[in-house]
Amino acid sequence: MEHYNMNLNLKVWRQKNSNTKGEFKMYRVENISSEMSFLEMFDVLNEKLIADGEEPIAFDHDCREGICGACSMYIDGKPHGPWHANTTCQLHMRAFKDGDTIVVEPWRANAFPVIKDLVVDRTAFDRIIQAGGYISVNTGNAVDGNSLPINKDKADASFAAAMCIGCGACVAACKNSSAMLFLSAKVSHLALLPQGEPERHSRVLNMIDQMDKEGFGSCTNTGACEATCPKEISISNIAKLNQEYLCASLTSEK
Amino acid sequence: MTWKQMFTSSVGKKLIMGFTGIFLILFLIVHVALNACIWANDGGKMFNAGAHFMGGTVVPRILEIGLFAGFILHIIQGIMLEIQNRKARGNVKYAVNYNNRGSKWYSRSMGLLGTLILLFLIMHIAHFWLPNRSHQGFLLGEEINLYETMKDVFSNVWVVVLYVVGCISLAYHLAHGFQSAFRTIGVHNKRYNKMLTSIGYAFAIIVPLAFALMPVSFYLGWIN
Ligand code: HEM
Ligand code: SF4
Ligand code: FES
Repeated sequence: MEHYNMNLNLKVWRQKNSNTKGEFKMYRVENISSEMSFLEMFDVLNEKLIADGEEPIAFDHDCREGICGACSMYIDGKPHGPWHANTTCQLHMRAFKDGDTIVVEPWRANAFPVIKDLVVDRTAFDRIIQAGGYISVNTGNAVDGNSLPINKDKADASFAAAMCIGCGACVAACKNSSAMLFLSAKVSHLALLPQGEPERHSRVLNMIDQMDKEGFGSCTNTGACEATCPKEISISNIAKLNQEYLCASLTSEK
Repeated sequence: MTWKQMFTSSVGKKLIMGFTGIFLILFLIVHVALNACIWANDGGKMFNAGAHFMGGTVVPRILEIGLFAGFILHIIQGIMLEIQNRKARGNVKYAVNYNNRGSKWYSRSMGLLGTLILLFLIMHIAHFWLPNRSHQGFLLGEEINLYETMKDVFSNVWVVVLYVVGCISLAYHLAHGFQSAFRTIGVHNKRYNKMLTSIGYAFAIIVPLAFALMPVSFYLGWIN
């Protein structure tokens, strides 16, 4: 693909902290290479802001290779920008053309309050994981990996669910700000494997309980989460979660 | 885990929507099949016989209470769900929306479509159920001739238009709702989900179309 440079207008959400009201500010960036990543473009902008004595734009990032889930940006109305199955850090500037105006917003959800500019507080996800996203294992020597037969299709489905990087794009995309795609990935991942069996019922009940406490909405199966998920987590995991919940709550003794 | 907790959690609320939704779908099958008797074109004999079984005998009248309960549960839960889900976004909305790139407009408009259906239902009940039941003294008294009532009600073009709008709302509500309800109650087998989606689209077209053709048939004099 041909390499080219471009000038862009950016409309970026600026907010000092969680207690202040934010607003959009316009910025202009020049000579951006089509081979840069979206975050590198922001680095260029921030260098310029610092040189001009202005406050740089705060945004989350860590691995910059699409595996950590930190880079939360809602770009032109879609989490992680226009490409399919992609993270913001892996979005390249060749997705845009010279003269484009790009609108960049933080994730919007009650459960994800803005900390500063484009950075939101996603510890709600950590608390959901803590509520049940674990398994019991015996201490001592590691068991032989082949001693537990696992159906290949189930192992594959579990692995596909385990791909979730907890980025929160599903919440950002959902009209209900529901965390169900994330939660269903975590629950399916463990419920499909024999190792997840001991806590199978308590896990789904406790994790959903925590999700509700955090103030996420209810899933209405619109499919927006699946369409935006960088890891292509399937929405059928949500139906699987519903089944897990129904079985667990019906058979609960308490 | 108490029963209350089970049905008040986010997933539990959806279970109520799903189960009552499927129940209402089953009701629609009975309703559309019985009303289709108007096309026997026998001056309403067959239709009135069916209507008498439904409205003038004990067992269907007891089942009717269940139908009302199903509607009320679905409507109250639907409204609460819609309010809570709108709140979950927070005070600041997006400047640019994801819109149709990620989901279908009717999947995102279940609350609106449901409200249109509710408004339709109120009018519909006022047209047929209420006059008939009050004539019966709300027990098993003598019924009115519902076929003649239909003829009368559907001689007004605006009523016919409102019925057609109601049926279109129902069609889109079901285009999303049918397959969604099965996902909600836990059907996650991809083969079945595919099949249910297709059946759902067919149902969402055929049943509301049949309903819509009823007032149209009367108005245009296709039956008399
Ligand atoms: C004959 C009439 C109706 C039928 C057959 C019907 C059917 C359904 C079905 C099958 C669903 C999907 C449930 C799920 O995904 O779990 C649904 C959802 C919904 N219905 Fe209805 N419904 C009817 C009337 C109404 C009315 C009168 C309202 C009034 C407010 C309403 C409001 C809603 C709402 C807000 C949802 C969204 C919840 C969701 O997407 O899960 N519905 N309906
Ligand atoms: S399900 Fe997808 S969109 Fe949601 S947190 Fe996991 S990786 Fe991100
Ligand atoms: S920075 Fe790690 S996924 Fe984007």
